[in-house]
Amino acid sequence: MMETAVPTVRITEPVPFKIEKVVPELPDCFTFSLTPSETKLPFVFAPGQFNMLYAFGHGEVPISLSGDPADTGKLIHTIRNVGSVTAALQKLKVGDSVGVRGPFGSSWPLEGARGRNVLIMAGGLGLAPLRSAIYYLLANRSEYGTISLLYGSRDPGSILFADELEEWSQKIHVGLTADSASPDWNGQVGVVTELLSQREIVPNTVALVCGPEIMMRFCAYALLDCGLLPADVYVSMERNMKCALGFCGRCQYGPYFVCHDGPVFSFDRVERLFKIREV
Amino acid sequence: MVKIRHINDLLAEAPLFEGMEPEQLAILAGCGKLAHFRPGEFLLKEGEEANQFFLIRHGEVALESHLPGGVLTVAKAGEENVVGYSWLFPPYRNQFDARATTDVDAIVLDGECLRGKTHKDHELGYQFMKRFAALMLQRMQAARRQLLDIYGQPNPENS
Repeated sequence: MMETAVPTVRITEPVPFKIEKVVPELPDCFTFSLTPSETKLPFVFAPGQFNMLYAFGHGEVPISLSGDPADTGKLIHTIRNVGSVTAALQKLKVGDSVGVRGPFGSSWPLEGARGRNVLIMAGGLGLAPLRSAIYYLLANRSEYGTISLLYGSRDPGSILFADELEEWSQKIHVGLTADSASPDWNGQVGVVTELLSQREIVPNTVALVCGPEIMMRFCAYALLDCGLLPADVYVSMERNMKCALGFCGRCQYGPYFVCHDGPVFSFDRVERLFKIREV
Repeated sequence: MVKIRHINDLLAEAPLFEGMEPEQLAILAGCGKLAHFRPGEFLLKEGEEANQFFLIRHGEVALESHLPGGVLTVAKAGEENVVGYSWLFPPYRNQFDARATTDVDAIVLDGECLRGKTHKDHELGYQFMKRFAALMLQRMQAARRQLLDIYGQPNPENS
């Protein structure tokens, strides 16, 4: 697998893909399985990358790939309905078409992490861009040291990929926490950084962090407090992306364009920007 | 043969009391006793007088509040965590229920006894309060992060 796959679908205009399957994940969140309507070229991507999905007549949005990178026959995207375009996508049914451009952007450093321990921290829908990485790590389990997944959600009912989390917990350490819960919840209660205090961070660890920016900020600082170097902490940034090619400047983040230089950054590259309110 | 261990030794092993002098631990131990709670048993009840705290040795405790719609868990405390802070300051009233979710072994420390001893011995009081202040800071920061609802903030521009 390449560390960052180059686009295999046209990048300046959307290519139609057919919705093969829709999986309702949460009331406002769903997963599309897409197959190309025209060409049958394999779609190669690296975990952490994203596509631009076009809801015809409504617009385009950047959505991370959340499927298995080894399965090059279809595209898996997990989407949260947070606005007009994603609302239009949620209304689509099996057999309908969406436009796809991509894949774009940088990816999780899975090649560079070979032989090292991997700590994954996800919050809310941030688990989706990390799921591809988890598939990859599990498929290549012997090439990594300890693998841990710490996942936080607002409440137990908002947990994404609950069945898979259960399955993964048989193979790697999975810690779950919710901000609040009813008494029948057997996971932890509190924000995801609380799980760090219960887990010893072993040396030679690379951390992959994805979730809302405020959650990534807290996690990154907590990881540094545990002794990780900023260069070993990776975050996936989100900004308003339009062209996805690094041309339009809409996703500018300090000296970077998130669509082109990101979305995955090592924390040492963005730590300074994390501290600036206006960025 | 089961080895009987003194509270003194158990306190000495607790990270919370790391660095305290044996004499100071002996004073603290004089205010302590060991307790076991079965799943579902309450360690603390909201609204009741706060006169003790618990250093959890094994098991898990849920901090809960009951609402009209049911019970809400706001935090959980596991091994080596402390449950109960309200005994430190007036009006000494518990603000939450603390319920064992598993079998729990804990050291129970009597608040009134500790307040008396730390009032008499200010160095002991300083060592004790320094540790509790750090714990309370940690809890306060965690509670503030929970208040931020950090998982519910999608970027509305990428919509």
